[in-house]
Amino acid sequence: MKLNRRAFVGTGMAAASTLAAPNVHAASHGKPKVVVVGGGAGGATAARYVAKDSAGEIDVTLIEPSRSYYTCFFSNLYIGGFRDLASIEHSYGTLASEYGINVVHDWAVGVDRDAKTVSLAGGGAVPYDRLILSPGIDFVDGAVPGWDVTAQNAMPHAYKGGSQTELLKAQIAAMPEGGTYVMVAPPNPYRCPPGPYERISMVAHVLKATNPTAKIIIADPKEKFSKQALFEEGWQKHYGGMIERIGPDFGGGNVSVDPAAMTVDIDGEVVQADVVNVIPAQKAGLICDAAGLTEGNWAPVSGHTMQSRMDENIHILGDATNQGDMPKSGYSANSQAKVAAMAVRGALTGSRVFPAKFSNTCWSLIDTEDGVKVGATYEATDEKIAKVDGFVSQTGEDAALRKATYEESIGWYEGITSDMFG
Amino acid sequence: MMRGFKAIFLAMVLPMGSAIAEEDVAPIGDAERGAELYKQCSGCHMVGPDARNRTGPPLNGIFDRKAGAIEGFFYSKGLKRAAADGLIWDLEHLDAYIENPKALVSGTRMSFRGVKEAQDRRDVLAYLRLFSDNPQNIPEAAPTAQAVEVALSPEVLAIVGDAEYGEYLSSECKTCHQRDGSDQGIPSITLWPEEDFVIAMHAYRKKIRPHPVMQMMAGRLSDEEIAALAAYFAKLE
Repeated sequence: MKLNRRAFVGTGMAAASTLAAPNVHAASHGKPKVVVVGGGAGGATAARYVAKDSAGEIDVTLIEPSRSYYTCFFSNLYIGGFRDLASIEHSYGTLASEYGINVVHDWAVGVDRDAKTVSLAGGGAVPYDRLILSPGIDFVDGAVPGWDVTAQNAMPHAYKGGSQTELLKAQIAAMPEGGTYVMVAPPNPYRCPPGPYERISMVAHVLKATNPTAKIIIADPKEKFSKQALFEEGWQKHYGGMIERIGPDFGGGNVSVDPAAMTVDIDGEVVQADVVNVIPAQKAGLICDAAGLTEGNWAPVSGHTMQSRMDENIHILGDATNQGDMPKSGYSANSQAKVAAMAVRGALTGSRVFPAKFSNTCWSLIDTEDGVKVGATYEATDEKIAKVDGFVSQTGEDAALRKATYEESIGWYEGITSDMFG
Repeated sequence: MMRGFKAIFLAMVLPMGSAIAEEDVAPIGDAERGAELYKQCSGCHMVGPDARNRTGPPLNGIFDRKAGAIEGFFYSKGLKRAAADGLIWDLEHLDAYIENPKALVSGTRMSFRGVKEAQDRRDVLAYLRLFSDNPQNIPEAAPTAQAVEVALSPEVLAIVGDAEYGEYLSSECKTCHQRDGSDQGIPSITLWPEEDFVIAMHAYRKKIRPHPVMQMMAGRLSDEEIAALAAYFAKLE
């Protein structure tokens, strides 16, 4: 079924009809078109569910620049040495071959909402009846004075999966004995609320074994953070004395960096560092702003269908959205994708539509076999996605339960990635 | 001293607001009658002096023991998982387990049809209680012992599920439970008999089964939604 994608994308239907075999042309002519931008936990899941559940009634195109997708979730475990890079790398092959999804490796750079087309960096425009945007995050310009994306080699964010994660891991391995790792933590709201703190745990895990006199400093603008009691208990237990967190009361929110000098200024005190992991304030992936779908830094959506509040033909998923109570996690995006896929199919093919249900669980690893989790269920109200019920791991849990929680997270990883990529 | 300890223990195990004076506590059941009933268990489980592993583990000191804790006994994967999730053999969970082992622990190797009569269960448990190490620490009968039955009414079991709705609901299961039936870290849910599935979901909803994620997920499913999921999963086979 190798329809020539680039030609199809580049010149639209006219070219497609000359390129494709006649029966393909006949089959695809007049079918409703769904275009998905972004092949992560939201986009890949949405593309797969629309294609799978519509059983050929809907044409699905997935636009994603990377040929290999590295999951952000579990990238901390790679930094900690618990996973290799290959184990968090996924391809889009099955989505194309098993589900008939037209996978286009290009950047979506704009949306013409009147013409209902998505324009590509490589040229051309892809028409849609419904558009699903799941672009993830970008960083707010100037959020950390002294840092911009040109400094990401000296001071990596490692907050999008792949080369940045590799870079950060290599920098940690190259730290001199007794060196200093500084994390500039982001303000709320941000991708993966336990993420920075799980990362600190994983960095400490590596340094404890390879460089036990090294220091870890977190400059944090937030009073509180996800699973704080659990992390702090674990840091005390496993990494006593290695980790220092400077909260807002002590100037943790007043930070600037100098990437050339490798210094971090925390409320007037200059720290000379060996690794600086800057996780800046975040906003919806750029395409949302380009399409005029944002309000402030995020794209507001209705929880019933994940439709944009500004354009009913566009659904937006995951980290980019302002939806209510759900955290910006891969699990959340996957959960939202299923609601959006159902709504899109209902709108385009008249299939049945059921009340939206959402859930999320975030697992974090603190040290070897010491896993914790937090989760909640949600439902859609007219105003927002609202939390229904939740739970969090307790401090003082026994080792067997923590081990089971870690093993559960591995099972979840296999589950969600096969739910995303087929 | 002992009185004080007991009072604290009761305060911990009783649901909030149900403060019961010690004097009001009824015995679990009739231990003598329980000894007779226990004969249906004794083929597999030894209890008393010299009790050791047989088909099942010995039941000395079972009250308030962590599940899966007998050294050298080969437990099922399901029971080990329930143990890691924090299953403790208190009165409530023992009662649920002997009512229907599969309702509490999927994949348990205890192939026993269960004791349907609540009074019979209480009598057997009263007998077993005689062999626990610290019987003075065990409340004679927590009020929850009779309150949470795992058996479902025929009306609930008779609900015909909407398989199409079940398919949508099942997408939420598949975030964690793999389609291919892999069961590393998270149990497989493929080829699960329909009624067992329904009973297990209700047991999670009642928070008898110990897993917090599943208690939460099942907690907001209605009887109809559980039936819808069961109908969809049954259709897959």
